[in-house]
Amino acid sequence: MVEMDPLSQFHLQSGLGTLGRIIDFTNSNQMMVIAALIVTTVMGIGLRRAAIVPGRMQGLAELSYEFVHNMVIDTIGEEGKRFFPFVFTLFSFILVGNLLGLFPYFFAFTSHIAITGALAFFVFLLSLIVGFWHHGFRFFKFFAPSGVPAWLLPLLIPIEIVSFLSRPVSLSVRLFANITAGHVMWEVFAGFMLMLVSSLGALGVVAALIPLGLNIALTALEFLVAFLQAYVFAILTCLYLHDSIHLH
Amino acid sequence: MGIWVKRAMKQDDSAQHDDTVASFDKRLETARLKAGLVAKPKSDRDRSPDDNPLTMAMRLGSEMVGALAIAVVIGYGLDRLLDTAPWFMIGLVPIGAAAGILNVFRAAGSSRPNTKPKD
Repeated sequence: MVEMDPLSQFHLQSGLGTLGRIIDFTNSNQMMVIAALIVTTVMGIGLRRAAIVPGRMQGLAELSYEFVHNMVIDTIGEEGKRFFPFVFTLFSFILVGNLLGLFPYFFAFTSHIAITGALAFFVFLLSLIVGFWHHGFRFFKFFAPSGVPAWLLPLLIPIEIVSFLSRPVSLSVRLFANITAGHVMWEVFAGFMLMLVSSLGALGVVAALIPLGLNIALTALEFLVAFLQAYVFAILTCLYLHDSIHLH
Repeated sequence: MGIWVKRAMKQDDSAQHDDTVASFDKRLETARLKAGLVAKPKSDRDRSPDDNPLTMAMRLGSEMVGALAIAVVIGYGLDRLLDTAPWFMIGLVPIGAAAGILNVFRAAGSSRPNTKPKD
């Protein structure tokens, strides 16, 4: 029988050889640094020569800039321009992290809830700070929707508070669960192939074509998910900031 | 495709009439406008993932579970802190469920920016 452990791909190891072992630099940290470097390099090369007719790199940089810029303006409004650098950083970092995780033997750092949780917590903290910055203590009106009879407030305020606190949870769990589930499915189907071949011989090789096809289809889906989850994370960040500025 | 050809022909016509610097500026302006018009439907298409049923389903599920999880954590924490088990948990789970449903309603409503002014 073939040994199979679909979760072993998420184990943290030390990156950068001996040096990494000494300073507890993990393969997850390594991928994060690489992702940040890729984003910075692509934007740096793309914007080095501001040609009127953009080349590929400049086109990539400008398209991603415009995409996030439109998203921020559409969701938050004109005030949202200030948060563009934050949202863009978040979006590009998560997107590149998701895409890097799709390479075989690469570590998908967005598959760890510690990382998505930290990102979501920063978003939550920022939306809280922005809310208090804009409205002071009137921000607490956020938890008491207008036009509600007073006798309902004792029930509604806890519901609103729980709903508000659940934001970072759902934000982080969504990204983490999607990436983890996709990678586990990949490995499970790949394990099926090995099992079929080792137990059924020549017939198994033919039968293994089915999980192989599934894995190929899954690869396409994972590319979609990698983009989609980065997009959802970014647009929800925008939505939360919008709520903090406009109070619903 | 047909629109493209027509537009190109139109532009050629106007170019034949006056070939001065001013007309070049005008043509540049229309070209820029056209580029803007071309770019717009593309960004609309890029925005469509929000209407993707798969994303929506995933999002709604996590919104619901997230609220419930937070309520359970708060209830459990308060009970441990104040030694009142299981009363805070009992009180907070329905509130968490209600918050989850509220989240789902909000998510479903806010998924389409066009219909947002409704609430």
